Amino acid sequence: MQEAIQAAEFAEETTRFMPPREDVEAELLDDTSIWSSLKSMLKNNKLAALSLAVIVIVILMAVFAPIVAPYDPNFQDADNLRFAAPSMAHWLGCDELGRDVFSRLIYGARVSLVIGLVPTLIAMTIGTVMGLMSGYMGKKVDFIIMRFADIVLAFPSLLLAMVVMYTLGASLVNIFIALSIVKWAGTARIVRAQTLSLKEKEFVEAAKAVGVKKWIIMMRHILPNCIPNLIVLFSLNIPDSIMSESSLSFLGIGAVPPSTSWGLMVYRGKQYLFNYPWLTLAPGVAILILVLAFNFLGDGVRDALDPYLKD
Amino acid sequence: MTQALLEKNAENPAVKGDLLEVDHVVKEFKVSGGFRKSSAVVHAVSDVSFSIREGETLAMVGESGCGKSTMGRLILQLLELTSGTIRFEGRDLGELSGEELRHIRKKMQIIFQDPYASLNPRMNVFQIISEPLTTHRVYATQKETEERVRELMRIVGIRPEFINRYPHQFSGGQRQRIGIARALALNPKLVVCDEPVSALDVSIQAQILNLLHDLQKEMQLTYLFISHDLGVVRYISDRVCVMFLGKLCEIGQTEDIFKDPLHPYTQFLLAAVPKPDPHLRREKKALLKGEMPSPVNPPSGCRFHTRCPYATDRCIQEEPQMREVRGRRVACHNVECLTIQ
Repeated sequence: MQEAIQAAEFAEETTRFMPPREDVEAELLDDTSIWSSLKSMLKNNKLAALSLAVIVIVILMAVFAPIVAPYDPNFQDADNLRFAAPSMAHWLGCDELGRDVFSRLIYGARVSLVIGLVPTLIAMTIGTVMGLMSGYMGKKVDFIIMRFADIVLAFPSLLLAMVVMYTLGASLVNIFIALSIVKWAGTARIVRAQTLSLKEKEFVEAAKAVGVKKWIIMMRHILPNCIPNLIVLFSLNIPDSIMSESSLSFLGIGAVPPSTSWGLMVYRGKQYLFNYPWLTLAPGVAILILVLAFNFLGDGVRDALDPYLKD
Repeated sequence: MTQALLEKNAENPAVKGDLLEVDHVVKEFKVSGGFRKSSAVVHAVSDVSFSIREGETLAMVGESGCGKSTMGRLILQLLELTSGTIRFEGRDLGELSGEELRHIRKKMQIIFQDPYASLNPRMNVFQIISEPLTTHRVYATQKETEERVRELMRIVGIRPEFINRYPHQFSGGQRQRIGIARALALNPKLVVCDEPVSALDVSIQAQILNLLHDLQKEMQLTYLFISHDLGVVRYISDRVCVMFLGKLCEIGQTEDIFKDPLHPYTQFLLAAVPKPDPHLRREKKALLKGEMPSPVNPPSGCRFHTRCPYATDRCIQEEPQMREVRGRRVACHNVECLTIQ
């Protein structure tokens, strides 16, 4: 400590109120808004940019399906086109009822995209709010929310979704409800765990000492620090939702025939896998590409939002 | 310089009446002993009383786990008291309503030990320093707030151009300056400094200590300076209180305590300070033996008796009360005898 006091005397005249030199030399950061950092991320991260393009194309295809699709997805020509192999006329061949697989893929994207995104968003929003409250408030709130989460997690998720679907009947909105009920608990658990560690941090104590209100602390200090995990979770949950929907469709309580989804197409084609592989390959590869695109984009967005990686 | 500063501290003219009174404060934490075990109680702070005068720096020293940081957080109402009262400007903090407490929080702030944990990594400097200002709606416009933030940055020695930077872009010392700026934003009266320099390296420590010292003069601040570094304490404080296992041992003027420690624990604490002069290192140090007793099950009588070489039967049975001895307060049965030795 004696050195410290001597150094203090020395520092008195020279370095008082002066920041260390590294920062004098470092350039200034002026633009730090979220949009600009996302833009520069897309510029630098080619994979994320490509993924975004893929997602946009799939969305556009789904929206403009009647224009893009070469055939009516439900038109059957079982006599001539049953299991027709891919050709110039039918790019991805035809299925067991002689329907054009490519057209069905385009129409199926509608259901699959919506099912991939909407229940995931709903479930994660509920899960995040529950997890934050549970972790931050603790005690009784924590106990009640976590016991509900335990109940949900204790059931096999498909079984629980089936129960909900059988009770409510097969429809798109009911699929949202079923999948949201099944999925919120996982997010809640993860957010709660993060909240528990974050709320002990000194910056949260500082906010409390200033008199910042509880819910503002949750929104301003805790939630933003959970975002990286939430983005990863989001990109992992989308394929999960798509696959869950296909399981439900397979059991006859998901997308209702003749309308279709990618998951349903995979399940329908499965029985012909050895003789007519395009029936499963086409939607399977489509799911794979979409899922990868969401994952890569999620990675990119997470990095762009991380202040540590900004420079 | 040191000597001059220390003398100046001893008779600091800025010191006025009591700003904060801590009266018989007790804080116990319940810890569950696991499945089907009865829960235990950690006696973090046990019956501590002291007061801080306006304008002074009161240092609180003691080894790790003795309850110093808990005491700081109790004063700021970040933890609830188990019993006792804390009065700030004569008002009992425990009796304030939520809104009144929010109001009084403006006058009490804290500087933390770890500059890496005390700043939210996802907020930039402006957001961090302006949070107290926006929370209490001090300024009507964003522009005024930003002007004040820049001013605060200048005061603590961070270039105002760095206002949009994030904490990880600063060094430890600079982060600590940002933390200080946040604490000063509302013009507080009392600042609890919870080991503000122990995470920094020595040359930066000196800079931060000087900054704190200058700020105290300029803004008429009162410090409760929690530290285990006795060199730092001697440099910055007017008075010192020594804590052991949740109890106060001794409280008095810094110079009195450093020159003539009365409580045996204080004596050992001071003897343990490493000496910078190599020639003085040869002499054998009288060091404390044994472990610090557990705060879950503190010793009977004087809590220090298990490690005190002067302990008598009385120390084991009867808890010593604080009493006035030669211009300071000490909690030890045998002070007089020790002094004769």
